[in-house]
Order: sequence, then structure tokens, then C-alpha cells
Amino acid sequence: MDRPIGGASGGRRARPTAHELARYEALFATRTRGMKSSAMREMMALTERPDVISLAGGLPDTSTFSPELYAMLMSRVAASSTARALQYGPTDGMAATVECIVEVMAAEGTAIDPGEVIVTTGGQQVIDLVCKTLIDPGDVIVAEAPTYPGAVPTFSAYQAEVEQIEMDADGMPIDELEATLDRLQAEGRRPKFIYTIPNFQNPGGVTMSLARRRRLIGVAHERELLSLEDNPYGLLRYEGEPLPTLYSLDAEVAGAGGAADLVIYLGTFSKILSPGLRLGWAVAPRPVLEKLSLGKQGADLCSSPVTQLFVAEYFQQPAADGRPGWLAYVEQLRDLYRRRRDTMLDALAEHFGDAASWTTPQGGLFVWATLDGRIDTTDLLAQARDSEGVAFVPGRAAYVDGSSGASSMRLNFAGVQEADIREGIARIARTLEPDAGLLGTLMGTSAGARASEQPAGDADDAEGANLADVVELPRRERGVKRRSQDR
Amino acid sequence: MTAARRVAMLKGGGSLERAVSLRSGARAEGALRRLGHDVVAIDAGPDMLEALLRTKPDVAFVALHGRDGEDGTVQGLLEAIDLPYTGSDPGACMRCTDKALAKHLMREAGIPTPTWSAFLESAVKELGVAAALPVFGRKLGFPMVVKPASSGSALGVKFARESDELPGAIVGALSYDRKVVLERYVEGRDLAVSVLDAETAGGEPLALPVIEAIPREEEFYNYEARYEIGMTTFVCPAELPDGVAERAQELALRVYRLLGCHGVARVDLMLDEQVDELTVLETNVVPGLTETSLLPMAADAAGVYFDELIARVLGSAFTR
Repeated sequence: MDRPIGGASGGRRARPTAHELARYEALFATRTRGMKSSAMREMMALTERPDVISLAGGLPDTSTFSPELYAMLMSRVAASSTARALQYGPTDGMAATVECIVEVMAAEGTAIDPGEVIVTTGGQQVIDLVCKTLIDPGDVIVAEAPTYPGAVPTFSAYQAEVEQIEMDADGMPIDELEATLDRLQAEGRRPKFIYTIPNFQNPGGVTMSLARRRRLIGVAHERELLSLEDNPYGLLRYEGEPLPTLYSLDAEVAGAGGAADLVIYLGTFSKILSPGLRLGWAVAPRPVLEKLSLGKQGADLCSSPVTQLFVAEYFQQPAADGRPGWLAYVEQLRDLYRRRRDTMLDALAEHFGDAASWTTPQGGLFVWATLDGRIDTTDLLAQARDSEGVAFVPGRAAYVDGSSGASSMRLNFAGVQEADIREGIARIARTLEPDAGLLGTLMGTSAGARASEQPAGDADDAEGANLADVVELPRRERGVKRRSQDR
Repeated sequence: MTAARRVAMLKGGGSLERAVSLRSGARAEGALRRLGHDVVAIDAGPDMLEALLRTKPDVAFVALHGRDGEDGTVQGLLEAIDLPYTGSDPGACMRCTDKALAKHLMREAGIPTPTWSAFLESAVKELGVAAALPVFGRKLGFPMVVKPASSGSALGVKFARESDELPGAIVGALSYDRKVVLERYVEGRDLAVSVLDAETAGGEPLALPVIEAIPREEEFYNYEARYEIGMTTFVCPAELPDGVAERAQELALRVYRLLGCHGVARVDLMLDEQVDELTVLETNVVPGLTETSLLPMAADAAGVYFDELIARVLGSAFTR
């Protein structure tokens, strides 16, 4: 028989696990319950292998930045401002950096008051600070469906309830938005803000039309509702005319000397310069800005002066032709990413044909592709990683409920070499082929290829009509209850 | 039994449960060091065997979950190089990891397990499984659980609520394994019973206290909930009607012996209170050892704290 249990000698005992669990659980804030990691996310971590072509990243291509220029800028910062660079900076950001932001905003066609800017640690911090400022547990955020996967954990951490509105080729349908707002009002719930990525949406790849932008601002004013305009890629447009930012449209309506009333603008240097700098910004109405600033004090006091001074120095650089150097670099990125986007669209047409539909982004970093509704891209990723060595972001990551969007995937073209884009798409197609064959056999039909290429989105009155062709309608997998009700 | 040994900690690997395995392994490593052993940590990759042959450990501690580590592959290789290792041997690993095989063995032995059908991917095309889908629907009912025969995580496990959802669910499951299991869905309470071998060869294995997993949200008891604090409430010992815990433990011990497990295993069961029936779902031969894993929790409830648990699992390498 066993020796009596629990008779281990005391000294080398680890801390008891169950006690440990119970102890920490009692200490954890309620909001941590909403902070989920997921099997899907863990699986994505497993795709970081050298033999895997990853179309999963959200990355720009930083290898295009000149190392010599980087070294020169850093040494100039050292020569002129070592002490400042190594010191704390103002919470709202350094004046020299704010000047650069004003320049970028001007390039976006948006005039701003430098006094309404706060420099943040990446654009991600703006999302966090806006939630910190506006969200009480249970408050509603209205977002696009699909939405930026990186915003989902932030929303969850603040215990926001998120209402997602399916997009079509022109972005968020405003009729749907109004219907949702009406329903919320009827339920006695008031949304705190609308979260939108109007340009080359991540992950959907679609752009909100001008008509909808105007209507969105109109709705916001009617209902006194804030919008968070997340615009990381506005300058990375590969075709078509730039559209005015929501911020500038709001400023027109508000007529308050160029400042917006109800739009909080989120910008970032991550996609036009470098995500490693961790520098973004918000432009917000002053009362909101004050709260964001207080929130930032608590979060990190200030963003890094080292990288802020780097940016300020960088913006001083002229290009060979006398233009601002940063704009020339953005132009260079546009050419590179445009080619990569075209490569991806060609590869999709070649390898997927009728087996998928996908968006044709006019800019940005991502294509959103949707397969037969019976294929779950999380399962496909597991298979693709093993058999072919290719990765993408399963669509579920872009839905707060974790189950909608199951048949879609986000594909990054910007950070991947053209040869790898072609090979990566071919690998996904090779993984999909047997699945489609199996499905066809099980259904007693030919493989379930259904969707065709997305029609160009046009008039607002066609809202919703072509929705299914662009973004897969949510398939609710509610998950059957696994236990009886009475416990 | 505390002779200091050189222990190869096998963890990580290329399976979908790599992240969990790394956490299990790291935690067990700490315990082994506190116990005075010399630990060589090996991430099970292309150089695993080379590393084992080069570092010449006395014993391998298998903390690999999922493919390779739990299906008998690694155990078979360890036997080939004559290295003692923790846990079950290749045959038991195969019997447990293949859920269809385990269910056949349980049915033959009279151990209740939910009704099922299983088939290989090849049968879909070569034997025309599609024609039998309505039959599966009638016999197993909806909702139906569809899962890969060998996956250790909840990835690929789906509910088909109606016949239309079966093909997609089957294709999803077949993304993880060549074999798929369709199983009658048991509505009830999730129970887990861990079994720990006696410390000496020939002793009786011990069933640890029953754990009940209660998902916090009304969603499928899923992979993330299993490993993350806060998603699921675990009650240990489970608060069960009179006699149920004993019956669950007895069943777990029968399964443990039937499948030939060694060292340690975790048996997952369902309790259907309507008909007061316990059924066995599956057996896990390399249970997780993380801060939120069920085996350490059950051991703790029995007064076997983590370091002692690890000492006993290590000891199982020498009592085969």
C-alpha cells in the first residue's frame, strides 16, 4: 500500500497548487475574467518558425529603412540632446514631435490644433486610454465586423459590451448603425463610442465611402456620440483618391475653428515609419484630451523621449529631390506595398478562383478572404501549419464573440516578399483543396465553392445587398450548453 | 528514494499543445531542481535524440502533450535507446490517444462510454461515408460531438447541432487527425479523476479526489478555459451526490488498468444526473502540470503537494 499521503518531508515542498489558485483567484479583479487567451492565439504563436511563410503579421516592412540613416539620426540625437533623450518628457508629448504629427495630419488633409494632440506609446495606447476614459463595465462600444483583432482584448479588459456591425464594400453601413443605436436605446443602453477604421480597414480591407463618412458624422451629432477614428494606414493608399478623415468632416460640421467635436483621431508612426518606435497619437476635443492625459500619466507618465527625438530629427531630413524625406519614404513604401498587394490579388485569383471571395483593398496592409461557410479557418490554420508551412490570422480573431467570422482569414501582404506571397497563397490553396474535396463528397455535391469576387461597392442605397460577397455573415456557433440549467 | 539523478525534461515539441507543454515542463523542472536532481531541459525538436544521447541522462521526464509526446512516439524512441522514462508505455499511449480505440476497449470491458462512430478520412472518399450520415444522425442524435480521434486539446472539437452542420464539423476534425469520432452528446457535469501509481512496483494505483469543471460562461468547456485561470471554476473535491465520487474513482481506476496506464493519467467523465449515469470520455496519459492543471490540483487536495507529485511521477520511471 502507499505510504500515507501528505507525508512528504516539509522543507522542499512547492506551494500548494489548489490553494495557490484559490488565493490568486480571490485577488484577481473581476475584469480579468474577460481577458482571454485562446487556443487559436496560442496556435498562431506556433507559426513563428523559419520554415513557415507567415501572412499573419500586422507588419510593415522595416527592412526598407536605411541603416545608415538610422545611425545618423541616432547620433544626431546623441550630439544635440542626450540629456533630454534620457530624461522623462512631458506626458502629452514633446513639442518637436507634435510638430511632426501636425505635418502628417496635413498630409492626410486634416488641419489640427497642436494643443489638441497627445503623443502616445503606439496607436494601441490610444485605444486603451479611450476605453479607460469612457468605459464603465457594461458600456457599449459599436465596432465594425470584422474589427481590429488587437482592439478585442482591450475592449474585453474594460468589460465593454461590443456590438459589431457587418461591413460591406463601403465599410460600415450607416443604416445598420442607426438600427443598432435605436435598438440599444430601446434596451436602455447607451453606446459610449463608435470604433471605426475608415481607411483600408484592418482586417476587412474595405474603405468607408465619403457618403457614409458624412452620414456617420451626422448620426454622431444627432445622438451626441463620440467616434474613435483609427487611421494607421491613411497615407498608404495605392489607388483612388484620398477621402477626408472623419475628424476633418466633423470639424467642418462643428465649425469650431478647425477642431472636431465628436471625433477622437488615432494616428501612428508605426506604418509610415516604424512600429518599433512605439509612437502614436490622439487628436481629441480638449475635455476628452485632458482625461486621456490623466490616464496616460497613470499608464506610463510619458512616451519615450528617445524615439520622440528620433522622429523629430527624421522629419528634418529632406529627400534628394528636396521634398520632406519622410514623405519620400512613404512614397517608396506605397510603391512596394502596391506591388505586393497586386501580387497577392493575382495569386488569390490564380489559386482560389471560385473557392473564395476576397476584398480588394485600395491601401493598407491586409486582404480579407472568405471561404466556403463550412470551412473553419482555425482548423485550416492547424492543418496549413503542419502540412504546408503557412500562417494567416483566422477570422474569428476579428470578432468579439470568438466564433463569428470562422470561415474568413486575414492575409498580410505588406510585410512579405513577393515570392513568399505567391508561395504562401499557393500553400493555403493546397491545404484547402482536400478539405473542399472532402466537403463535396460529404455533401454529395461538388466542392462547396460558392462565392465570387467582390463587386465594387457603390451607392449607399445598395447597403447590405452585396454584403455576403464581401464579408462572410456571422455564423453563430453558440456552443451547446454542456450542463444542465439548475446548477 | 531521493538519489540525485540526471533528468532530461522533455517539453515543448511541435504539437498544438506546445505552449501548455512548455509551462508544464518549466514547472516540473523547478520541482525536480528543488528535489536535488540535475535537470537537462530539452525542447523536443529535430535534435532531441542527439541531445539525449549526448547528455546521457539517467531518466527522461515526459512533459510533452499532444502529438509525439502522448501518442507513444517519444516513448517508443526512449525505449529504443534504453532510457527509462516517466508515464505510460507506447502501447498504453496508443490505446489512450486513439479515442476510438479506447472506446472500443472500454465497451468490450463493460465500461460505459457514450455511443459513437469513427472512421478514417479515406473512408469518406473510398467507402462513401456520406450515405451513412443520416444513420449517424439517427443513432447518435443532435447535437452531436465531432472530434479528431487523437487531439488532446479542444481545437477541432465541434458540436453539430443538426445534420447540415455535420460535413463541416467532420472536415474540421479531420484537419487535426486522419480519424474522426462522432459521439453522442452527454448533457451533464464534467468530471475528471486523476490516477497516480503506487510508489513501489506492484502497489495499488490511487484515484485522486474528483474535480468538477464548471465553465464560467455558457460555452463549451474549451481549450482556453482548461488552461487559463478564471475561465472555468474547478471544484475539488467535486460536490457530488452520495456515492458518485466513489463510483467515478472506481471507474477511473478500471479504465487506468484496462488501458495499461503507468505512473499517472487523467480520466475525463460525464455525469448525467437525469439518469444517474457516469460515462467515460477519454484518458489523458500526460496530464498538464501547469498552475491551472487538474492533476496538480487533485493531488494537492489529497495532500500530495506539487514537488511530491513530481517525485512520484519521476519514480514511476523505475517501477515499470
